[in-house]
Amino acid sequence: MAKFTKKKDGDLPAVSTASLPDIVFMLLFFFMTVTTMKDSSLMVANTLPNASEIKKLEKKDRVIYIYVGTPTQEYQKVFGTEPKIQLNDKFANVDEVGSFILAERAKKPQELQNVLTTALKVDKEANMGLITDIKQELRKVNALKVNYTTYEGDAFNNLQ
Amino acid sequence: MPRRKGAPEVNAGSMADIAFLLLIFFLVTTTIETDAGLDRMLPPFEPPNEEPPVIKQKNIFTVNINRNGQLLVEDQLMEISDLREAATKFLENGADGTCTYCKGRKDPGSSDNPAKAIISLKNDRETKYSTYITVQNELVGAYNDLRNREAQRLFGRDFTDMEAEYLNPETPSNVRDDLKDKVKRIQDMFPQKLSEAETTTN
Repeated sequence: MAKFTKKKDGDLPAVSTASLPDIVFMLLFFFMTVTTMKDSSLMVANTLPNASEIKKLEKKDRVIYIYVGTPTQEYQKVFGTEPKIQLNDKFANVDEVGSFILAERAKKPQELQNVLTTALKVDKEANMGLITDIKQELRKVNALKVNYTTYEGDAFNNLQ
Repeated sequence: MPRRKGAPEVNAGSMADIAFLLLIFFLVTTTIETDAGLDRMLPPFEPPNEEPPVIKQKNIFTVNINRNGQLLVEDQLMEISDLREAATKFLENGADGTCTYCKGRKDPGSSDNPAKAIISLKNDRETKYSTYITVQNELVGAYNDLRNREAQRLFGRDFTDMEAEYLNPETPSNVRDDLKDKVKRIQDMFPQKLSEAETTTN
């Protein structure tokens, strides 16, 4: 009977945590591989319009981003409420777009320089005048491949 | 002198803590979503002294958006919801009869064949971007509808589906090579000629 009594007064056997590091490492590697660091914080309102006929923007290293929209609350005192262009971390004028594209293109490896896409992340409230000017600048520096970044959804939601 | 037996064992008890710390860091900085949008090619910048090509008026489908978001299509007021259908009709009109797969009405006043048909999109500086995107979406949609129809007829699946698989870098290369020809063939049937530059007419 000694055996049974012994078991009775013992607590639950401890769960082995030896494999915990393995599990955590597995998760860690997953998140490490899917992580992309955010390199610039948004200084403009950026509610994208919806579209249904969209294509995915593969390969982030081949994309140059241009943000357009009204400056957010904290910048409105200095920059006003008209839509502005944001390049990396600062506001810019239309005529700076060309040199920005050239500078960004020069940073990329040689073999990618001809396959770059310019992603235009434009707030849905912006006017086309500014976009037309940007497109003109892009044409001047021969950055012809553009992507109007949108959310996936019914395009007619934009009109409300 | 007596040597100590082997190296002392390192305590690995804090390994999980270190790993957790890293895990939380990457959890916080992760953004998994990929961007998507409408792909467009801008026309190359031509020197102003170059003569623009002469295009017949009937092969151009003009779409004008005014500052209030109203559409003027071929000089007539139109709702955006009707645009896709009108663009589809124009593209597959096939007036000269060379397009065997077109199901259009062969109206002599409309486009000759899909290869010649051009959609010209003009907008006001005050047009809202969201309206512009909706119009772009509908025009791209018109092309996609026609391409999907032909892809269904020839290969039994949607063109957009095939193109997405072709562009996906994870698709095996033998599948990609096979898709390349099919995608190319459909694209040539309805080449996307969506002009945003000024086109002169006579």
